[in-house]
Amino acid sequence: MTEHLPVLIPLVLLTAALASPLFGLIRHSWTYRITVAAVALDAGLTMWGLAEVIADGPMSYRLGGWVPPIGIEFVLDPLSAFFATVIAVVALVVLVGARALVAEELPEKEVPFFVAVLLMLTGFQGIVITGDLFNLFVFMEIGALAAYALVAVGERPSPVAAFRYLLIGATGASLYLLGLWFVYSLTGSLNMADVAAILPTVWDNPAMVIGLSLIVVGLGVKMAMFPMHGWLPDAYTQAPSAASALIAPIGTKVGAYALIRILFFVFGVRLVRDRLAVTDVVLWLSAVGIIYGSVMAIAQREMKRMLAYSSVAQVGYIGLGIGLANPVGLIGAVLHVVNHAFMKAALFVVAGNMRVKLGHTDIGRIDAAVQRAMPWTMAAFTVGALSMIGVPPTAGFFSKWYLASGAIDRGLWIMVLVILVSSLLNAVYFFRVLERAYLRSGDREEGTEAASGRNEARPVMLVPALLLAAGIVALGVFNAVLVNGVIDLIRPAGL
Amino acid sequence: MTYDSLVPLFAVAVSLLAVPLILASSHRPRLRETWTIGAAVAKFLLVLSLLPKVLDGQIPVTRLGEIVPGVELALRVDALGIVFALVASSLWILTSWYSIGYVAGVKEQKQTRYFASFAVCLSATIGVAFSANVITFIVFYEVLTIATYPLVIHKETPEAIRAGRKYLAYTLTAGVALLAGAAWLYRVAGSLDFVPGGLLEGVDASGATIRVLFLLFIGGVGVKAALMPLHAWLPAAMVAPTPVSALLHAVAVVKSGVFGVLRVVGFVFGPSVMTRYDLALPLAVVAGATILVASLMALAQDNLKRRLAYSTIGHLSYIVLAAALISPEAFTGGVLHITTHATMKITLFFVAGAIYAHAHRDNVSELDGIGRAMPWTMSAFAVASIGLAGLPPVNGFESKWFIGLGAATTGQEVALVVLLVSGVLNAAYLFPIVHRAFLRPSRQFAGLGEASPHMVVPLVVTAGLSVLLGLWPNGLVRLYDLAVMISRGVFGGVA
Repeated sequence: MTEHLPVLIPLVLLTAALASPLFGLIRHSWTYRITVAAVALDAGLTMWGLAEVIADGPMSYRLGGWVPPIGIEFVLDPLSAFFATVIAVVALVVLVGARALVAEELPEKEVPFFVAVLLMLTGFQGIVITGDLFNLFVFMEIGALAAYALVAVGERPSPVAAFRYLLIGATGASLYLLGLWFVYSLTGSLNMADVAAILPTVWDNPAMVIGLSLIVVGLGVKMAMFPMHGWLPDAYTQAPSAASALIAPIGTKVGAYALIRILFFVFGVRLVRDRLAVTDVVLWLSAVGIIYGSVMAIAQREMKRMLAYSSVAQVGYIGLGIGLANPVGLIGAVLHVVNHAFMKAALFVVAGNMRVKLGHTDIGRIDAAVQRAMPWTMAAFTVGALSMIGVPPTAGFFSKWYLASGAIDRGLWIMVLVILVSSLLNAVYFFRVLERAYLRSGDREEGTEAASGRNEARPVMLVPALLLAAGIVALGVFNAVLVNGVIDLIRPAGL
Repeated sequence: MTYDSLVPLFAVAVSLLAVPLILASSHRPRLRETWTIGAAVAKFLLVLSLLPKVLDGQIPVTRLGEIVPGVELALRVDALGIVFALVASSLWILTSWYSIGYVAGVKEQKQTRYFASFAVCLSATIGVAFSANVITFIVFYEVLTIATYPLVIHKETPEAIRAGRKYLAYTLTAGVALLAGAAWLYRVAGSLDFVPGGLLEGVDASGATIRVLFLLFIGGVGVKAALMPLHAWLPAAMVAPTPVSALLHAVAVVKSGVFGVLRVVGFVFGPSVMTRYDLALPLAVVAGATILVASLMALAQDNLKRRLAYSTIGHLSYIVLAAALISPEAFTGGVLHITTHATMKITLFFVAGAIYAHAHRDNVSELDGIGRAMPWTMSAFAVASIGLAGLPPVNGFESKWFIGLGAATTGQEVALVVLLVSGVLNAAYLFPIVHRAFLRPSRQFAGLGEASPHMVVPLVVTAGLSVLLGLWPNGLVRLYDLAVMISRGVFGGVA
């Protein structure tokens, strides 16, 4: 059974995606139940896989028995097992409350919504597990198409946002595919390990540089790296709350995964860092993105939009860690993937709860009545916000610790400064909300529901937010366990 | 000699454990305040129970596991730590008692949040005192920053909110400076432990590195130590309720800052590094300038609390100056001044609060004749004023004596002049208040009488303590012996 783990991780979700609409015909609620069951099973499988990888080293699975590089290979190594676990666990926690959000915002669309969620997660897990460059493209499109659909069913302007997302996303995928064509024409292979072995022989071929550049740009679009982030703010803002809570924490992360995988494990550290300095490009773009995203977040008047721009900045942290291309920097990047997944999930779940209970997420209309009405929801928001600012012992502090350490190792003081300044910018836009929520006495208009006392989100919506908030603190306190036990095993050759 | 013990952890945690109890009894003020007082007493007794061991030269240690690879989260109760912990925990008991009278007197809102934040602050303060290394220090230091915020903005007026923003802007910036400093220090020294005599002693590093590190660390702790020009948050924060100003803005928060300075000077850089790289003189100049400028500014304040705030800024820099003089005597004096300034300044703030809550006066110019209505209160004020001016028999004399002795023995007469001038200025801004209170004829307070015993008892006790410790410096908890132990540890290798 253990040897089938790599293929089971995406397959469980795909099977559920195909089966659940049929059961949904009998009873709508079954789709949701199957979704949760499948994701829970998947979370179990990924954790099992992670434990196996830590104990016995990487495992590979030959799809259909075909020997790679002819056949498609699925690989579970520390990097893929870690990402797969983060995706499954965060998705599971968010899904607990997702049905209540969907029932509120998209009544009657429950069945297609959760089928799309399953397809999207299939795509994400496939990207992470596959050992084949073309197969990665296929899963990327499965995940992206499902995500376009999830965004498009939101508010009235959401089809426009989804269309934009689709155009930019498809462009990114095309660039990736084009780059892949160059790589294939040079190496004659699409298997990652195989390509990695052959590439050094064709280093001097300019076509390889073009291929690499196209792939990096394509993946940059997928992970919303500055300046290729244009699709993200509208998509996250206008998607239904349940969709943004699911896509925002993990959607860009699979792009980051693909970037780490392809830069460090396929093209190799010596090429991308020492010879072509691709990582330096990633580094500087990310640094600009961090500042840009934070400043834009300050300028927003609506919370989901603020969180979306904050995501642009936070993706920059991950890119910065990748761009540092040294061991501590990579630890920072990978740790920030899980940290940010928890933080953004918590914050978007809170935003969703506020949409449901208050009917809006306008920062200008938030006042102390919100906190009186939803004390627990706001407590979860506060934890998430403190972590985004980087207050110890929450997770965000330690992301910054590793990233700053990595930058110091490289002697890149400007990057240290970027990380620190962005902490303060985060403080500005989060305390703006916190100050209103806790201190701004409401106008107490008679008759408004919000002014009249306790109006907390239902437990099923509250529990995910509180679990994620607890997770943020636990990730901070136990970060050394995670880093020593798992992340440290992610060691590309030559780093 | 170190030995493992859980008592330091309990001493830190006991007030944190009281927080849920305080929150749960929000509708039963008496029970809530019982929890506060109970936690305060328990905390003090736990700290006190460690004293004999520490005096005996043993060091209780609690190890809590790695917080980042290579660095443990650990508590370590050395002599300096226990001095600060004794001061903070003993005065918390009195402040809690006083708070009960004060919040009832001025009918403060949101008392539950007030008492809960206070308890978190005290946990963080003791954590700062017992931190074994820089990371542990930062964790508690930042928790203290955040936990103090609700107390600064307690009144929720626009002025309070502005003060809160200012406070956060200063302290969060300091926090990121510390993060950068710590990350870099770890790269340079390979450890973050506080070592008597200096962690950096004997470490191979360039002068530029040492100087920039020093700037980051002093910038980080200098904000809470209100070192000019980083002081502006403190007078603004006087908008907080008076017990907050008394304990946090005269003892816990600001002393965490100067405690940090002592740690940085004595235990991170060390005396010989301080002199070798010319770090001591600039620090002494800044501290000396702060003392004089703050004292002059205190003269100009009519608002009593603001006058005391500037006085605090000046006295905090006594301790910074003591550290910067690089002399065992001055260091002893600096440690003593943590305790002596605490008992004296908290007395003055208690008096200011009693006047505000009972006689409803804020300004010095309105206090004519108040001594006849509130003789005990104003006598306590007179005692503490004598001490702050550095005159015997109050304990302010002895700490100043040792700082002056250190300045004289190391041939830094300018520092001696600064201390003397500051003593005169202290007299100039405090004695006129006493004069007004007792000698200016006025009938405005006729028939007013003393404030409630909840307020009068603590301030008489702290004034009494100031005199008692002035006459008998080694009394009660052998503060003098502890201070000498600390200096001996720090200067052991040099003297």
